[in-house]
Amino acid sequence: MSDNRSFREWSRIFVASSLWVPIIAIVLGLVCGALVMWIGGYNAFEAYGALFDKVFGSKYDIGETVRTITPLLFTGLSVGFAFRAGLFNIGADGQFIMGMTGATLIGIKIDFLPWIVHAPLTLVGGMLIGGLWGALAGYLKSSRGVNEVISCIMLNWIALYLSNYLIRTLVLKPGTQRSELIRDSASMSIRWLSSFMENARMDWGIVVGLICTSLFYIVLWRTKQGYELRAVGFNPEAARFSGINVPKNMLKSMMIAGMFAGIGGVFEVLGVFHYQVISAASAGYGFDGIAVALLGGNHPVGILLSSILFGVLTYGSAGMNFSASVPTEIVRIVIGCIIFFVASQGLIQMLYKPFMARREAKRKEAA
Amino acid sequence: MGQAVPVVELKGITKRFPGIVANDSISLDLRQGEIHALLGENGAGKSTLMSILFGLYQPDEGEIRINGNKETIDGPGKAIKLGIGMVHQHFKLVQNFTVAENIVLGIEPRRGMAIDYRRANDRVRQLSEQYGLKVDPEVKIEEITVGMQQRVEILKTLYRGAEILIFDEPTAVLTVQEIQELIRILRSLAAEGKSIILITHKLKEIMEVSDRVTVIRRGKVVDTLATAETNESELAEKMVGRRVSFEMETQRCEPGGVLVRIDKLTCQGAGKGKNILEEISMHIRAGEIYGLAGVDGNGQKELVEAIAGLRPIHSGSVRLGDSDLTQAGVRERMAAGMAQIPEDRQKHGLVLDFAVSENMVLTAYADDRFGKRGFLNDKEIRRHAVRLAHEFDVRSAGIQVPMRSLSGGNQQKAIIARELTREPRLLIAVQPTRGLDIGAIEFVHERLMQAKNEGKAILLVSYELDELYKLSDRIAVINEGRIMGELEREDVSDEKLGLMMAGHRINGTNKAEVRHERQPEF
Amino acid sequence: MDWLNDIANLTNSTFVFTTALIFGAMGGLFSERSGVFNIGLEGMMTGGAFGAAIATYYAQEAGLGAASPWIGLLAGIGCGMLFSLLLAYTTVTLKANQAIVGVVINILAVAITLYLVKIIFNGAGDTETLNEVLGKWPVPLLADIPFLGQALFNTYPTTYIAYLLIPLSAYVLFKTPFGLRLRAVGEHPGAADTVGIDVVKYRYIGVLLSGVLAGIGGAAITLTTTSNFSHTTVSGQGFIALAAMIFGRWNPWGVLGATFFFGMAQALRNFVKLYDWSKDIPMEFLYMLPYLLTLLVLAGAAGRGVKGPAAAGEAYDPSKR
Repeated sequence: MSDNRSFREWSRIFVASSLWVPIIAIVLGLVCGALVMWIGGYNAFEAYGALFDKVFGSKYDIGETVRTITPLLFTGLSVGFAFRAGLFNIGADGQFIMGMTGATLIGIKIDFLPWIVHAPLTLVGGMLIGGLWGALAGYLKSSRGVNEVISCIMLNWIALYLSNYLIRTLVLKPGTQRSELIRDSASMSIRWLSSFMENARMDWGIVVGLICTSLFYIVLWRTKQGYELRAVGFNPEAARFSGINVPKNMLKSMMIAGMFAGIGGVFEVLGVFHYQVISAASAGYGFDGIAVALLGGNHPVGILLSSILFGVLTYGSAGMNFSASVPTEIVRIVIGCIIFFVASQGLIQMLYKPFMARREAKRKEAA
Repeated sequence: MGQAVPVVELKGITKRFPGIVANDSISLDLRQGEIHALLGENGAGKSTLMSILFGLYQPDEGEIRINGNKETIDGPGKAIKLGIGMVHQHFKLVQNFTVAENIVLGIEPRRGMAIDYRRANDRVRQLSEQYGLKVDPEVKIEEITVGMQQRVEILKTLYRGAEILIFDEPTAVLTVQEIQELIRILRSLAAEGKSIILITHKLKEIMEVSDRVTVIRRGKVVDTLATAETNESELAEKMVGRRVSFEMETQRCEPGGVLVRIDKLTCQGAGKGKNILEEISMHIRAGEIYGLAGVDGNGQKELVEAIAGLRPIHSGSVRLGDSDLTQAGVRERMAAGMAQIPEDRQKHGLVLDFAVSENMVLTAYADDRFGKRGFLNDKEIRRHAVRLAHEFDVRSAGIQVPMRSLSGGNQQKAIIARELTREPRLLIAVQPTRGLDIGAIEFVHERLMQAKNEGKAILLVSYELDELYKLSDRIAVINEGRIMGELEREDVSDEKLGLMMAGHRINGTNKAEVRHERQPEF
Repeated sequence: MDWLNDIANLTNSTFVFTTALIFGAMGGLFSERSGVFNIGLEGMMTGGAFGAAIATYYAQEAGLGAASPWIGLLAGIGCGMLFSLLLAYTTVTLKANQAIVGVVINILAVAITLYLVKIIFNGAGDTETLNEVLGKWPVPLLADIPFLGQALFNTYPTTYIAYLLIPLSAYVLFKTPFGLRLRAVGEHPGAADTVGIDVVKYRYIGVLLSGVLAGIGGAAITLTTTSNFSHTTVSGQGFIALAAMIFGRWNPWGVLGATFFFGMAQALRNFVKLYDWSKDIPMEFLYMLPYLLTLLVLAGAAGRGVKGPAAAGEAYDPSKR
């Protein structure tokens, strides 16, 4: 009975109404991309072909694709978790950056611990700093009534400049625009796997990401805390009337969301680059996270699947640039179009409703 | 009258919404200068019909004739052009605009490119004098009373030259005095030649003010009668579809000792200055239904929130049995034995996107029986929901469907099931029958009586005097955040309640003494 | 009197930076006053900057000379409008979530413009530097006033237009029937609808105006400050404009104050770069300032009165009236 139930829950994302929208959105997004390429004078088939060749071309490419998926998974979980509690976490970007910065500082400044202590400590440190950044927006929302979208936008930019400041003044590698390398004792790379994958940058990020994906599910649907969060998300007033502390839950959800994004940032430093650069603009993982969460219907399985899709597209775009000479921006256009179609579901429903209605009519006729 | 062409003719109007036929071939005519009441239960289709006449909905079938000409009313703009005006139940006023700005919105007098505010103000003053609707054109809506806001709504239609006026449940938010004022206004508008449709479910008002009545039940016209040739009980029977007894044979069991003590409860409002609740005291006994009457918006909502722990208490105390709950949170009060049936069930009582089973534990999920160490025990939650749905006859397509898919009556039953099974000592029921049909209303009333007979204390807040008469053992009246007096059931009369609701204090149960609050004492 | 000259120059360049912010913030204001939350300002400004750069480039190639930047300005307006049309259609007609579509517009605008730049300029990430851009127009007589003349009356035509935009918008919003209706639609669409005002039409107008103004703002950056278009041309000014709109409490005069303040922060950081001691100043905090202040204003005690239009952010659903 219980297994049956969880199967139904798990498969809810695959039922007709919720499955058609993302699939049609993906198809339309790819079609839009093809159109844009056609306008630019490129062969879309060749380009998409190059994309897949690139992704599955070698062990190295597969490894690097996984690496690209990882941050998208984390920011997707971050945005999706907050959505479940009724909040739009547009600030995953800032939380990601704060996670990176935390990891960089702890990873460089502490030099006396063995790996078994240092690496987890750095992970937890970066996660907490990301969580704190999320909690800040949560606090402003719950105690001060500040719209979280606005405060998150502001916090994203503040995080960017704060991070630049900290790196520049505390851990700058002289003569460059980046930090020093983190200590080996903080590294989250998996050496043997990297050498097996032809030196692709492999790290523990994807493993932790999958654990986080399961936690996302367990917390929201299996615990009382999750019940409260979802109640607040659907109807904060009813939650308040039934004795749930709404401000506290908003704060918690933003903090947990920030922690997810923060971990993403941590692995970007500890697992992939081993340093952090001073940059004028963010890498935009947080905004991709919005795309991932929306396409995935804010469900852990959906988020995992859509992060894989966007990761493949993003990494593969390099191949399109290389062999079909299409600018890599084309993938950003495709991703933008996909969220656009998911967000304006009305458009998709206009497309598939008549089709569904006809099928329904046929079924009735048959019966 | 008689042979003249009716100003409005609705012929065979049908409107379907997914799952229901809101209007089923309704025909109705409105004569020049008459007040035509449209009577029906909640959900009978009155508002839908008037929304069609005002162009907010398009009918699926049927035709509309205005002054004999067939018209297609495709939006409020067209309705206004045809001389139709609507005073909505929920006012359509921009809070931070002035009275005049709200009235002229859409057809502003101009001077060059700009709005001619002086002419707008003058025009509003002139209209307000002509029809005896007192307003100040230059104050903002957020600063005026509800009664005045309604006058602004009426002026909006008159400013647009409306000859046909639709009033949607206009008395719901008014005090007894304001209702009398409104009736006077309706009469004078009709005397000026305006034709009026009055949507209501209150029989008394119909008998007092209307010329004719059309009764609607489940989307169909039951009958159209001249008011002079009918009476309240005939109308009620037509409205409900069977004989209705106004009295309920209540077994009066003797209440027990005092269970709930609310003493000098005071709460501050959002702004500075006036307290929103001022030294409210009431003692409710076990096995008693304590009715609280009053016009909507006089502090009922705040009082309930303060008792339930949803609003900070400035001074005074709330005690249930032996425990002082003045500073306790919502959870603690629930644990001490409080339960609530909130006024707005969809907004405050249920999470519509949760499954029925999840809603059934909304106020109890934290109990150990529904899961230990922070985890949820799904099996137990579902077993609980199935049992409740069975006991309280909550009809749904299963306990896993979203609460949203249930009818209003079944949603209310679900809340009552949930709250009564928690075995509360005090049940606060706010407008527990709002928007329900007669069958569901009777169910709710029976359950409340049953709870009372089991020895629970019940605080019943209602704007419907009939409901209070029927159920309460004692009735108190609240006005502007103060209790105006408390009457035993035998001593209650419309007249006394009306005076108290309007802000006059009545001393206890002494029938003779009716004292004006502000009367100087000698 | 060297320092006085410096201050005059600083004021002058403050107004140049302020120009784009005024257009952006006023764009946001018209959209939000009509009830549509617009975080796609950045994207619309990007579109404007791109359109201006490309059109000016082709116009100067075609030998149109000094008219080229004006053609560019028009093209910038067109591109801004295109993106705002997307926002209007999805949020007003299809009732999509306004914040999400705003994010989409920001993503799409950057991607599409860079994609096109790369195609047009054979893979280069930025457009060629424009020869024909807007020059400074000294106002006769006024420009000769010492200090003030240099500070205020010797600047770009777009800056003059920005000066005029503020009182004009204030007049339109608070004195004309159009403004009253637009605000009514943003505060209480149900009230507007039931007196026969077409909510959809007014929201489209609000959002399209937003695109026009943001387009001019983006074009102003290309045509007066950078002289070319790349991915860093707008880089966050749309978000600063959004912040300025909130900081200015959805009021044109408030926007003027806020944009001047934020514009000064930008001018200042370019200004101090000229001096050697600037290395010791944490410049990052100057960059952060607009965002930090807006956050503080929203959070602080003063923030209690800071409320946008009541209905902004929600699609209008007539069946719920």
